[in-house]
Amino acid sequence: MNLSSKKWIWLFVLALAVPTVFVIALSIGAVKVSPLEIPAILWGQSTDSLKETVIGNIRLPRVLLGLLTGAALAVSGAALQGLFRNPLADPGIIGISSGAALAAAGTIVFGSIVFHLIPPLLTPFILPLSAFGGGLLTTLLIYRVSWHEGRTVAATLLLAGIALSALAGAITGIFTYVATDEQLRTLTFWSLGSLASASWVSVTATAACVLPALICLTREGRALNAMLLGEAEAGHLGFDPERTKTIVIVASALAVGASVAFCGVIGFVGLVIPHVIRLLIGPDHRFLVPIAAFLGATLLTSADILARTIVAPAELPIGIITALVGAPFFLWLLLKQRGAFTG
Amino acid sequence: MLTGSHLTVKRSSRALISDLNFTAHGGEFTVILGRNGAGKSTLLRCLSGELKPDSGQVACQNRLLAEWKPRELARVRAVVTQSSALSFPFKVREVVELGRAPHPANLEEPVEWAMSQVDLLPYADRDYTTLSGGERQRTHFARALAQIYEALHQGSGFLLLDEPTSSLDLAHQHQALRCAKELTQQGLGVVAVLHDLNLSAKYADTIYLLDEGICLANGPAGRVLEPTVLSRAYRVPIQKGCEMFDVFN
Repeated sequence: MNLSSKKWIWLFVLALAVPTVFVIALSIGAVKVSPLEIPAILWGQSTDSLKETVIGNIRLPRVLLGLLTGAALAVSGAALQGLFRNPLADPGIIGISSGAALAAAGTIVFGSIVFHLIPPLLTPFILPLSAFGGGLLTTLLIYRVSWHEGRTVAATLLLAGIALSALAGAITGIFTYVATDEQLRTLTFWSLGSLASASWVSVTATAACVLPALICLTREGRALNAMLLGEAEAGHLGFDPERTKTIVIVASALAVGASVAFCGVIGFVGLVIPHVIRLLIGPDHRFLVPIAAFLGATLLTSADILARTIVAPAELPIGIITALVGAPFFLWLLLKQRGAFTG
Repeated sequence: MLTGSHLTVKRSSRALISDLNFTAHGGEFTVILGRNGAGKSTLLRCLSGELKPDSGQVACQNRLLAEWKPRELARVRAVVTQSSALSFPFKVREVVELGRAPHPANLEEPVEWAMSQVDLLPYADRDYTTLSGGERQRTHFARALAQIYEALHQGSGFLLLDEPTSSLDLAHQHQALRCAKELTQQGLGVVAVLHDLNLSAKYADTIYLLDEGICLANGPAGRVLEPTVLSRAYRVPIQKGCEMFDVFN
Protein backbone atom coordinates (compact mmCIF):
# COMPACT_ATOMS: atom_id res chain seq x y z
CA MET A 1 0.00 0.00 0.00
CA ASN A 2 1.50 3.34 -0.90
CA LEU A 3 2.02 6.08 1.61
CA SER A 4 -0.53 8.48 0.23
CA SER A 5 -3.47 6.07 0.41
CA LYS A 6 -2.32 5.05 3.89
CA LYS A 7 -2.65 8.68 4.99
CA TRP A 8 -6.18 8.91 3.61
CA ILE A 9 -7.21 5.65 5.26
CA TRP A 10 -6.01 6.76 8.70
CA LEU A 11 -7.69 10.13 8.26
CA PHE A 12 -10.95 8.36 7.43
CA VAL A 13 -10.69 5.75 10.20
CA LEU A 14 -9.95 8.32 12.89
CA ALA A 15 -12.64 10.67 11.63
CA LEU A 16 -15.08 7.78 12.22
CA ALA A 17 -13.63 7.14 15.68
CA VAL A 18 -14.86 10.55 16.88
CA PRO A 19 -18.65 9.92 16.53
CA THR A 20 -18.14 6.40 17.88
CA VAL A 21 -16.47 7.51 21.09
CA PHE A 22 -18.98 10.37 21.32
CA VAL A 23 -21.90 7.94 21.51
CA ILE A 24 -20.09 5.55 23.86
CA ALA A 25 -19.09 8.36 26.22
CA LEU A 26 -22.69 9.60 26.33
CA SER A 27 -24.03 6.17 27.21
CA ILE A 28 -21.61 5.36 30.05
CA GLY A 29 -22.21 6.63 33.59
CA ALA A 30 -24.29 6.21 36.73
CA VAL A 31 -27.50 6.33 34.71
CA LYS A 32 -27.14 3.65 32.03
CA VAL A 33 -28.28 4.73 28.59
CA SER A 34 -28.11 2.36 25.65
CA PRO A 35 -26.11 3.74 22.70
CA LEU A 36 -29.17 3.04 20.56
CA GLU A 37 -31.25 5.47 22.59
CA ILE A 38 -28.74 8.29 22.18
CA PRO A 39 -29.92 9.57 18.77
CA ALA A 40 -33.53 9.83 19.96
CA ILE A 41 -32.45 11.71 23.07
CA LEU A 42 -30.26 14.09 21.08
CA TRP A 43 -33.16 14.85 18.70
CA GLY A 44 -35.44 15.45 21.70
CA GLN A 45 -37.75 12.53 20.86
CA SER A 46 -37.15 10.56 24.03
CA THR A 47 -39.91 10.01 26.55
CA ASP A 48 -37.52 9.34 29.44
CA SER A 49 -37.04 12.72 31.06
CA LEU A 50 -34.38 11.51 33.53
CA LYS A 51 -32.14 10.26 30.76
CA GLU A 52 -32.83 13.39 28.78
CA THR A 53 -31.72 15.58 31.68
CA VAL A 54 -28.61 13.54 32.40
CA ILE A 55 -27.50 13.53 28.78
CA GLY A 56 -28.52 17.09 27.92
CA ASN A 57 -27.29 18.89 31.03
CA ILE A 58 -24.42 16.78 32.30
CA ARG A 59 -22.92 14.35 29.83
CA LEU A 60 -23.26 16.17 26.54
CA PRO A 61 -21.39 19.33 27.62
CA ARG A 62 -18.73 17.21 29.29
CA VAL A 63 -18.18 14.99 26.25
CA LEU A 64 -18.11 18.00 23.92
CA LEU A 65 -15.60 19.74 26.20
CA GLY A 66 -13.46 16.57 26.14
CA LEU A 67 -13.56 16.37 22.35
CA LEU A 68 -12.66 20.06 21.96
CA THR A 69 -9.89 19.98 24.56
CA GLY A 70 -8.34 16.78 23.21
CA ALA A 71 -8.33 18.16 19.68
CA ALA A 72 -6.95 21.51 20.88
CA LEU A 73 -4.05 19.98 22.80
CA ALA A 74 -3.10 17.43 20.15
CA VAL A 75 -3.26 19.92 17.27
CA SER A 76 -1.28 22.61 19.11
CA GLY A 77 1.29 19.98 20.01
CA ALA A 78 1.58 18.91 16.37
CA ALA A 79 1.79 22.48 15.07
CA LEU A 80 4.29 23.64 17.71
CA GLN A 81 6.52 20.63 17.09
CA GLY A 82 6.52 21.56 13.41
CA LEU A 83 7.22 25.21 14.11
CA PHE A 84 10.00 24.55 16.61
CA ARG A 85 11.20 21.72 14.36
CA ASN A 86 11.48 19.72 17.50
CA PRO A 87 9.44 16.66 18.46
CA LEU A 88 9.51 17.61 22.15
CA ALA A 89 7.52 20.81 21.88
CA ASP A 90 4.43 19.83 23.87
CA PRO A 91 2.41 22.73 25.33
CA GLY A 92 2.66 21.09 28.75
CA ILE A 93 6.36 20.31 28.66
CA ILE A 94 7.62 23.62 27.34
CA GLY A 95 5.57 25.58 29.87
CA ILE A 96 2.78 27.06 27.73
CA SER A 97 0.09 25.31 29.78
CA SER A 98 1.68 26.53 33.02
CA GLY A 99 1.78 30.08 31.71
CA ALA A 100 -1.86 29.84 30.74
CA ALA A 101 -2.76 28.29 34.10
CA LEU A 102 -0.94 31.06 35.94
CA ALA A 103 -2.88 33.73 34.08
CA ALA A 104 -6.12 31.86 34.72
CA ALA A 105 -5.31 31.46 38.41
CA GLY A 106 -4.56 35.17 38.63
CA THR A 107 -7.91 35.90 37.06
CA ILE A 108 -9.72 33.61 39.51
CA VAL A 109 -8.11 35.18 42.56
CA PHE A 110 -7.90 38.82 41.57
CA GLY A 111 -10.44 38.95 38.76
CA SER A 112 -13.34 39.82 41.08
CA ILE A 113 -11.76 43.26 41.49
CA VAL A 114 -12.42 44.06 37.82
CA PHE A 115 -15.27 41.67 36.99
CA HIS A 116 -17.98 44.16 37.83
CA LEU A 117 -16.63 46.48 35.12
CA ILE A 118 -17.31 43.94 32.39
CA PRO A 119 -20.72 43.22 30.84
CA PRO A 120 -22.06 39.92 32.25
CA LEU A 121 -22.43 38.48 28.75
CA LEU A 122 -18.66 38.53 28.31
CA THR A 123 -17.63 37.13 31.71
CA PRO A 124 -17.41 33.47 30.55
CA PHE A 125 -14.77 34.57 28.05
CA ILE A 126 -12.50 36.39 30.52
CA LEU A 127 -10.98 33.21 31.89
CA PRO A 128 -10.10 31.66 28.48
CA LEU A 129 -8.88 35.02 27.20
CA SER A 130 -6.55 35.60 30.12
CA ALA A 131 -5.31 32.01 29.81
CA PHE A 132 -4.78 32.73 26.11
CA GLY A 133 -2.75 35.81 27.04
CA GLY A 134 -0.64 33.81 29.47
CA GLY A 135 -0.10 31.05 26.90
CA LEU A 136 0.79 33.54 24.18
CA LEU A 137 3.37 35.32 26.35
CA THR A 138 4.95 32.03 27.36
CA THR A 139 5.11 30.78 23.77
CA LEU A 140 6.79 33.98 22.60
CA LEU A 141 9.23 33.84 25.50
CA ILE A 142 10.10 30.18 24.82
CA TYR A 143 10.56 30.95 21.15
CA ARG A 144 12.93 33.85 21.94
CA VAL A 145 14.95 31.86 24.45
CA SER A 146 15.37 28.61 22.55
CA TRP A 147 15.73 29.89 18.99
CA HIS A 148 19.36 30.12 18.11
CA GLU A 149 20.78 30.62 14.63
CA GLY A 150 17.71 29.38 12.86
CA ARG A 151 16.90 26.37 14.97
CA THR A 152 15.83 25.38 18.44
CA VAL A 153 18.16 23.42 20.63
CA ALA A 154 16.22 20.65 22.34
CA ALA A 155 18.02 21.03 25.65
CA THR A 156 17.40 24.78 25.82
CA LEU A 157 13.77 24.27 24.88
CA LEU A 158 13.20 21.75 27.66
CA LEU A 159 15.20 23.62 30.29
CA ALA A 160 13.42 26.87 29.49
CA GLY A 161 10.14 24.97 29.80
CA ILE A 162 11.14 23.57 33.19
CA ALA A 163 12.19 27.02 34.44
CA LEU A 164 8.98 28.66 33.24
CA SER A 165 6.81 25.88 34.66
CA ALA A 166 8.58 26.19 38.03
CA LEU A 167 8.17 29.96 38.01
CA ALA A 168 4.51 29.77 37.07
CA GLY A 169 3.98 27.05 39.70
CA ALA A 170 5.62 29.19 42.38
CA ILE A 171 3.52 32.24 41.58
CA THR A 172 0.38 30.10 41.44
CA GLY A 173 1.48 28.78 44.87
CA ILE A 174 1.59 32.33 46.22
CA PHE A 175 -1.94 32.86 44.91
CA THR A 176 -3.16 29.94 47.01
CA TYR A 177 -2.28 31.91 50.16
CA VAL A 178 -4.47 34.84 49.24
CA ALA A 179 -7.26 32.74 47.75
CA THR A 180 -10.56 32.06 49.49
CA ASP A 181 -11.54 28.44 50.18
CA GLU A 182 -13.71 28.27 47.12
CA GLN A 183 -10.99 29.75 44.91
CA LEU A 184 -8.51 27.33 46.42
CA ARG A 185 -10.57 24.33 45.31
CA THR A 186 -10.68 25.72 41.79
CA LEU A 187 -6.94 26.34 41.82
CA THR A 188 -6.07 22.86 43.05
CA PHE A 189 -7.94 21.16 40.28
CA TRP A 190 -5.73 22.90 37.72
CA SER A 191 -2.62 21.07 38.73
CA LEU A 192 -4.12 17.75 37.62
CA GLY A 193 -6.76 18.69 35.11
CA SER A 194 -10.39 17.70 35.03
CA LEU A 195 -13.41 17.96 32.77
CA ALA A 196 -15.76 18.13 35.78
CA SER A 197 -16.40 21.85 35.34
CA ALA A 198 -18.10 21.24 31.99
CA SER A 199 -21.22 23.28 31.40
CA TRP A 200 -22.86 24.74 28.32
CA VAL A 201 -21.16 28.04 29.12
CA SER A 202 -17.67 26.53 29.23
CA VAL A 203 -18.35 24.46 26.09
CA THR A 204 -19.49 27.55 24.18
CA ALA A 205 -16.49 29.60 25.29
CA THR A 206 -14.06 26.78 24.49
CA ALA A 207 -15.62 26.12 21.10
CA ALA A 208 -15.43 29.84 20.24
CA CYS A 209 -11.66 29.77 20.88
CA VAL A 210 -10.72 26.26 19.79
CA LEU A 211 -12.64 25.81 16.53
CA PRO A 212 -11.17 28.88 14.75
CA ALA A 213 -7.71 27.90 16.02
CA LEU A 214 -8.13 24.35 14.67
CA ILE A 215 -9.24 25.63 11.27
CA CYS A 216 -6.27 28.03 11.06
CA LEU A 217 -3.76 25.36 12.07
CA THR A 218 -5.16 22.78 9.64
CA ARG A 219 -4.77 25.27 6.80
CA GLU A 220 -1.08 25.75 7.65
CA GLY A 221 -0.21 22.09 6.95
CA ARG A 222 1.67 22.72 3.71
CA ALA A 223 3.49 25.72 5.15
CA LEU A 224 4.50 23.74 8.24
CA ASN A 225 5.96 21.02 6.01
CA ALA A 226 8.07 23.66 4.27
CA MET A 227 9.04 25.24 7.60
CA LEU A 228 10.57 21.92 8.63
CA LEU A 229 13.27 22.58 6.02
CA GLY A 230 14.06 25.94 7.62
CA GLU A 231 12.57 29.41 7.50
CA ALA A 232 14.70 30.52 4.56
CA GLU A 233 13.78 27.36 2.62
CA ALA A 234 10.08 27.94 3.30
CA GLY A 235 10.55 31.42 1.86
CA HIS A 236 12.25 30.01 -1.25
CA LEU A 237 9.27 27.72 -1.73
CA GLY A 238 6.97 30.74 -1.87
CA PHE A 239 5.63 30.67 1.70
CA ASP A 240 5.68 33.55 4.14
CA PRO A 241 7.47 32.12 7.20
CA GLU A 242 6.64 35.10 9.42
CA ARG A 243 2.94 34.70 8.69
CA THR A 244 3.02 30.97 9.43
CA LYS A 245 4.94 31.58 12.63
CA THR A 246 2.45 34.17 13.83
CA ILE A 247 -0.57 32.01 12.98
CA VAL A 248 0.85 28.93 14.69
CA ILE A 249 1.88 30.77 17.87
CA VAL A 250 -1.37 32.73 18.23
CA ALA A 251 -3.68 29.84 17.30
CA SER A 252 -1.87 27.35 19.57
CA ALA A 253 -1.90 29.77 22.49
CA LEU A 254 -5.62 30.35 21.91
CA ALA A 255 -6.43 26.63 21.78
CA VAL A 256 -4.24 25.74 24.75
CA GLY A 257 -5.42 28.79 26.71
CA ALA A 258 -9.09 27.89 26.30
CA SER A 259 -8.56 24.27 27.24
CA VAL A 260 -6.45 25.17 30.28
CA ALA A 261 -8.99 27.76 31.43
CA PHE A 262 -11.74 25.16 31.83
CA CYS A 263 -9.93 21.85 32.19
CA GLY A 264 -6.67 22.73 33.89
CA VAL A 265 -3.29 21.43 32.83
CA ILE A 266 -3.68 18.08 31.07
CA GLY A 267 -0.22 16.82 30.25
CA PHE A 268 1.29 14.65 27.53
CA VAL A 269 -1.67 14.76 25.10
CA GLY A 270 0.10 17.25 22.82
CA LEU A 271 3.29 15.22 22.96
CA VAL A 272 2.11 11.64 22.60
CA ILE A 273 -0.57 12.00 19.93
CA PRO A 274 1.50 13.67 17.19
CA HIS A 275 4.21 11.08 17.86
CA VAL A 276 1.86 8.17 17.47
CA ILE A 277 0.57 9.64 14.20
CA ARG A 278 4.08 10.20 12.86
CA LEU A 279 4.78 6.53 13.50
CA LEU A 280 1.67 5.65 11.47
CA ILE A 281 1.87 8.01 8.49
CA GLY A 282 5.05 10.07 8.79
CA PRO A 283 5.36 13.78 9.48
CA ASP A 284 3.26 15.23 6.62
CA HIS A 285 1.44 18.09 8.40
CA ARG A 286 -1.36 18.23 5.84
CA PHE A 287 -2.52 14.94 7.38
CA LEU A 288 -0.79 15.09 10.75
CA VAL A 289 -2.75 18.13 11.93
CA PRO A 290 -6.30 16.95 11.11
CA ILE A 291 -5.57 13.39 12.23
CA ALA A 292 -4.19 14.79 15.50
CA ALA A 293 -7.50 16.61 16.00
CA PHE A 294 -9.48 13.37 15.57
CA LEU A 295 -7.15 11.19 17.62
CA GLY A 296 -6.77 13.80 20.37
CA ALA A 297 -10.53 14.21 20.64
CA THR A 298 -11.06 10.44 20.72
CA LEU A 299 -8.34 9.65 23.25
CA LEU A 300 -9.06 12.46 25.69
CA THR A 301 -12.76 11.59 25.70
CA SER A 302 -11.85 7.93 26.30
CA ALA A 303 -9.52 8.97 29.13
CA ASP A 304 -12.38 10.93 30.65
CA ILE A 305 -14.63 7.85 30.52
CA LEU A 306 -11.98 6.07 32.61
CA ALA A 307 -11.56 9.08 34.91
CA ARG A 308 -15.22 9.12 35.86
CA THR A 309 -15.87 5.37 36.01
CA ILE A 310 -12.81 3.70 37.62
CA VAL A 311 -13.49 4.96 41.15
CA ALA A 312 -17.19 5.80 40.69
CA PRO A 313 -19.03 7.49 42.33
CA ALA A 314 -15.83 9.50 42.98
CA GLU A 315 -13.76 10.82 40.09
CA LEU A 316 -10.08 10.76 39.16
CA PRO A 317 -8.50 13.91 37.71
CA ILE A 318 -8.02 13.22 33.99
CA GLY A 319 -4.44 14.46 34.23
CA ILE A 320 -3.61 11.36 36.26
CA ILE A 321 -4.77 9.10 33.43
CA THR A 322 -2.94 11.01 30.69
CA ALA A 323 0.25 11.12 32.78
CA LEU A 324 0.04 7.40 33.57
CA VAL A 325 0.01 6.66 29.86
CA GLY A 326 2.00 9.64 28.61
CA ALA A 327 4.96 9.75 31.00
CA PRO A 328 6.21 6.21 30.31
CA PHE A 329 5.77 6.90 26.59
CA PHE A 330 7.83 10.07 26.96
CA LEU A 331 10.61 8.16 28.74
CA TRP A 332 10.59 5.50 26.04
CA LEU A 333 10.90 8.28 23.47
CA LEU A 334 13.89 9.81 25.24
CA LEU A 335 15.51 6.40 25.43
CA LYS A 336 14.92 5.71 21.76
CA GLN A 337 16.22 9.06 20.54
CA ARG A 338 18.90 9.62 23.14
CA GLY A 339 21.48 10.67 20.59
CA ALA A 340 19.20 13.12 18.85
CA PHE A 341 18.74 15.55 21.72
CA THR A 342 22.29 16.77 22.12
CA GLY A 343 21.71 19.56 19.65
CA MET B 1 18.18 36.95 -16.67
CA LEU B 2 18.88 37.40 -12.99
CA THR B 3 20.45 40.73 -12.15
CA GLY B 4 21.55 42.53 -9.04
CA SER B 5 22.40 46.18 -9.35
CA HIS B 6 24.34 48.25 -6.83
CA LEU B 7 23.71 45.75 -4.05
CA THR B 8 24.84 46.80 -0.60
CA VAL B 9 24.28 44.86 2.61
CA LYS B 10 25.49 46.28 5.92
CA ARG B 11 25.71 44.55 9.26
CA SER B 12 26.58 46.73 12.25
CA SER B 13 28.23 49.37 10.06
CA ARG B 14 30.42 46.83 8.23
CA ALA B 15 29.51 46.27 4.61
CA LEU B 16 29.19 42.57 3.75
CA ILE B 17 28.83 43.50 0.10
CA SER B 18 29.00 47.01 -1.30
CA ASP B 19 27.72 48.40 -4.56
CA LEU B 20 27.92 45.03 -6.24
CA ASN B 21 26.62 44.47 -9.76
CA PHE B 22 25.78 41.00 -10.90
CA THR B 23 24.21 39.42 -13.96
CA ALA B 24 23.48 35.76 -14.59
CA HIS B 25 22.06 34.69 -17.94
CA GLY B 26 19.75 31.83 -18.67
CA GLY B 27 21.60 28.93 -20.25
CA GLU B 28 24.81 29.79 -18.43
CA PHE B 29 26.61 28.38 -15.42
CA THR B 30 27.68 31.31 -13.25
CA VAL B 31 30.01 30.67 -10.35
CA ILE B 32 30.65 32.98 -7.40
CA LEU B 33 34.13 32.53 -5.93
CA GLY B 34 36.03 34.12 -3.09
CA ARG B 35 37.55 33.36 0.26
CA ASN B 36 35.53 32.95 3.46
CA GLY B 37 33.69 36.13 4.35
CA ALA B 38 34.09 37.62 0.87
CA GLY B 39 30.33 38.05 0.62
CA LYS B 40 29.46 35.08 -1.62
CA SER B 41 26.57 33.76 0.43
CA THR B 42 25.30 37.26 1.16
CA LEU B 43 25.15 37.93 -2.58
CA LEU B 44 23.35 34.65 -3.19
CA ARG B 45 20.86 35.37 -0.42
CA CYS B 46 20.11 38.74 -2.01
CA LEU B 47 19.62 37.12 -5.41
CA SER B 48 17.22 34.55 -3.96
CA GLY B 49 15.17 37.25 -2.25
CA GLU B 50 15.84 35.83 1.20
CA LEU B 51 17.81 38.92 2.19
CA LYS B 52 16.63 42.40 1.30
CA PRO B 53 19.68 44.51 0.43
CA ASP B 54 20.09 47.81 2.27
CA SER B 55 20.35 49.44 -1.13
CA GLY B 56 20.24 48.21 -4.69
CA GLN B 57 17.80 45.99 -6.51
CA VAL B 58 17.44 42.44 -7.73
CA ALA B 59 15.43 41.58 -10.81
CA CYS B 60 14.48 38.23 -12.22
CA GLN B 61 13.47 38.12 -15.89
CA ASN B 62 13.46 41.95 -15.90
CA ARG B 63 10.95 42.18 -13.05
CA LEU B 64 12.02 43.40 -9.63
CA LEU B 65 11.74 40.68 -6.98
CA ALA B 66 9.23 42.82 -5.06
CA GLU B 67 6.90 42.70 -8.07
CA TRP B 68 6.77 38.91 -8.05
CA LYS B 69 4.23 37.03 -6.01
CA PRO B 70 6.29 34.73 -3.76
CA ARG B 71 4.63 31.62 -5.14
CA GLU B 72 5.07 32.73 -8.72
CA LEU B 73 8.77 33.36 -8.12
CA ALA B 74 9.10 29.96 -6.46
CA ARG B 75 7.97 28.32 -9.70
CA VAL B 76 10.87 29.77 -11.70
CA ARG B 77 13.69 29.92 -9.17
CA ALA B 78 14.80 27.27 -6.72
CA VAL B 79 17.49 27.47 -4.06
CA VAL B 80 19.63 24.80 -2.46
CA THR B 81 21.26 26.02 0.74
CA GLN B 82 23.83 24.33 2.94
CA SER B 83 21.69 24.61 6.01
CA SER B 84 18.59 22.66 5.03
CA ALA B 85 17.94 20.83 8.25
CA LEU B 86 15.21 18.26 8.52
CA SER B 87 14.90 16.26 11.68
CA PHE B 88 11.53 14.64 10.98
CA PRO B 89 11.31 11.19 9.39
CA PHE B 90 10.06 12.10 5.92
CA LYS B 91 10.55 9.65 3.08
CA VAL B 92 12.99 10.90 0.43
CA ARG B 93 10.11 11.09 -2.05
CA GLU B 94 8.13 13.30 0.34
CA VAL B 95 11.06 15.71 0.71
CA VAL B 96 11.34 16.00 -3.07
CA GLU B 97 7.55 16.50 -3.20
CA LEU B 98 7.94 19.53 -0.93
CA GLY B 99 9.45 21.19 -3.98
CA ARG B 100 6.02 20.95 -5.62
CA ALA B 101 4.44 23.11 -2.90
CA PRO B 102 4.24 26.24 -5.11
CA HIS B 103 2.36 24.29 -7.78
CA PRO B 104 -1.32 23.45 -7.65
CA ALA B 105 -1.02 20.02 -9.27
CA ASN B 106 1.21 17.63 -11.21
CA LEU B 107 3.16 15.81 -8.56
CA GLU B 108 4.27 12.46 -9.92
CA GLU B 109 6.16 13.25 -13.11
CA PRO B 110 8.38 16.15 -11.92
CA VAL B 111 9.27 14.27 -8.74
CA GLU B 112 10.22 11.07 -10.57
CA TRP B 113 12.21 13.04 -13.11
CA ALA B 114 14.05 15.08 -10.47
CA MET B 115 14.97 12.00 -8.46
CA SER B 116 16.24 10.21 -11.56
CA GLN B 117 18.49 13.18 -12.39
CA VAL B 118 20.58 12.58 -9.27
CA ASP B 119 20.25 8.78 -8.96
CA LEU B 120 17.83 9.02 -6.06
CA LEU B 121 15.18 6.63 -7.32
CA PRO B 122 16.57 3.67 -5.37
CA TYR B 123 16.31 5.81 -2.22
CA ALA B 124 12.76 7.06 -2.85
CA ASP B 125 11.18 5.21 0.07
CA ARG B 126 14.09 5.57 2.49
CA ASP B 127 13.71 7.63 5.66
CA TYR B 128 15.48 10.97 5.07
CA THR B 129 16.93 11.06 8.59
CA THR B 130 18.86 7.83 7.95
CA LEU B 131 20.64 9.20 4.85
CA SER B 132 24.28 10.24 4.71
CA GLY B 133 25.21 13.91 4.30
CA GLY B 134 25.77 13.49 0.59
CA GLU B 135 22.48 11.68 0.03
CA ARG B 136 20.67 14.43 1.92
CA GLN B 137 22.27 17.09 -0.24
CA ARG B 138 21.22 15.22 -3.39
CA THR B 139 17.70 14.99 -2.00
CA HIS B 140 17.55 18.78 -1.66
CA PHE B 141 19.04 19.16 -5.13
CA ALA B 142 16.26 16.96 -6.50
CA ARG B 143 13.70 18.96 -4.51
CA ALA B 144 14.95 22.13 -6.19
CA LEU B 145 14.75 20.53 -9.65
CA ALA B 146 11.19 19.35 -9.01
CA GLN B 147 10.30 22.87 -7.91
CA ILE B 148 11.22 24.50 -11.24
CA TYR B 149 10.31 21.52 -13.45
CA GLU B 150 7.91 23.45 -15.70
CA ALA B 151 10.16 26.50 -16.11
CA LEU B 152 13.06 24.19 -16.83
CA HIS B 153 11.21 22.41 -19.59
CA GLN B 154 10.24 25.74 -21.14
CA GLY B 155 13.91 26.69 -21.30
CA SER B 156 13.90 29.21 -18.47
CA GLY B 157 14.25 29.18 -14.70
CA PHE B 158 17.09 29.74 -12.26
CA LEU B 159 18.78 27.36 -9.87
CA LEU B 160 20.77 28.94 -7.04
CA LEU B 161 23.24 26.68 -5.26
CA ASP B 162 25.11 27.57 -2.08
CA GLU B 163 28.14 25.27 -1.94
CA PRO B 164 26.20 22.37 -3.40
CA THR B 165 29.18 20.04 -3.30
CA SER B 166 30.40 20.62 0.25
CA SER B 167 29.44 17.21 1.60
CA LEU B 168 29.56 15.20 -1.61
CA ASP B 169 32.26 12.74 -2.56
CA LEU B 170 34.20 13.20 -5.78
CA ALA B 171 31.81 11.23 -7.99
CA HIS B 172 28.71 12.95 -6.65
CA GLN B 173 30.32 16.42 -6.79
CA HIS B 174 30.78 15.93 -10.50
CA GLN B 175 27.39 14.31 -10.89
CA ALA B 176 25.56 17.23 -9.29
CA LEU B 177 27.47 19.88 -11.20
CA ARG B 178 27.31 17.92 -14.46
CA CYS B 179 23.57 17.60 -14.04
CA ALA B 180 23.26 21.37 -13.49
CA LYS B 181 25.56 22.02 -16.43
CA GLU B 182 23.51 19.80 -18.74
CA LEU B 183 20.37 21.61 -17.72
CA THR B 184 21.92 24.93 -18.72
CA GLN B 185 21.90 23.60 -22.26
CA GLN B 186 18.10 23.54 -22.03
CA GLY B 187 18.10 27.20 -20.99
CA LEU B 188 18.33 26.94 -17.20
CA GLY B 189 20.44 29.59 -15.49
CA VAL B 190 22.64 28.22 -12.70
CA VAL B 191 24.26 30.40 -10.06
CA ALA B 192 26.55 28.51 -7.70
CA VAL B 193 28.76 29.51 -4.80
CA LEU B 194 31.76 27.18 -4.98
CA HIS B 195 35.01 26.77 -3.09
CA ASP B 196 36.83 24.45 -5.43
CA LEU B 197 38.79 26.21 -8.17
CA ASN B 198 39.15 23.08 -10.27
CA LEU B 199 35.43 22.38 -10.20
CA SER B 200 34.83 25.99 -11.13
CA ALA B 201 37.28 25.79 -14.02
CA LYS B 202 35.55 22.66 -15.28
CA TYR B 203 31.92 23.78 -15.12
CA ALA B 204 31.70 27.60 -15.01
CA ASP B 205 30.84 29.70 -18.04
CA THR B 206 31.09 32.95 -16.12
CA ILE B 207 32.82 33.66 -12.84
CA TYR B 208 32.39 36.42 -10.27
CA LEU B 209 35.39 36.64 -7.98
CA LEU B 210 34.55 38.48 -4.75
CA ASP B 211 36.83 39.92 -2.11
CA GLU B 212 35.67 41.85 0.95
CA GLY B 213 32.28 42.51 -0.53
CA ILE B 214 33.37 43.88 -3.86
CA CYS B 215 33.83 42.22 -7.22
CA LEU B 216 37.52 41.72 -7.92
CA ALA B 217 37.04 40.26 -11.37
CA ASN B 218 34.25 38.89 -13.48
CA GLY B 219 33.92 37.42 -16.90
CA PRO B 220 34.43 34.14 -18.75
CA ALA B 221 36.01 31.43 -16.63
CA GLY B 222 39.23 31.34 -18.64
CA ARG B 223 39.91 35.01 -18.05
CA VAL B 224 39.13 35.18 -14.31
CA LEU B 225 40.90 32.01 -13.27
CA GLU B 226 44.37 33.47 -13.61
CA PRO B 227 47.02 32.88 -10.94
CA THR B 228 47.70 36.59 -10.37
CA VAL B 229 44.02 37.45 -9.86
CA LEU B 230 43.35 34.39 -7.71
CA SER B 231 46.42 35.00 -5.55
CA ARG B 232 45.11 38.47 -4.80
CA ALA B 233 41.61 37.21 -4.00
CA TYR B 234 42.66 34.35 -1.76
CA ARG B 235 45.79 36.03 -0.25
CA VAL B 236 47.93 32.99 -0.96
CA PRO B 237 50.24 32.40 -3.87
CA ILE B 238 48.40 30.26 -6.38
CA GLN B 239 49.85 28.78 -9.52
CA LYS B 240 48.43 26.71 -12.27
CA GLY B 241 49.80 23.19 -12.24
CA CYS B 242 49.20 20.66 -14.90
CA GLU B 243 49.26 17.63 -12.66
CA MET B 244 45.88 17.25 -11.09
CA PHE B 245 43.30 14.53 -10.84
CA ASP B 246 40.25 14.92 -12.98
CA VAL B 247 37.14 12.99 -13.72
CA PHE B 248 36.47 12.01 -17.31
CA ASN B 249 32.97 12.46 -18.57
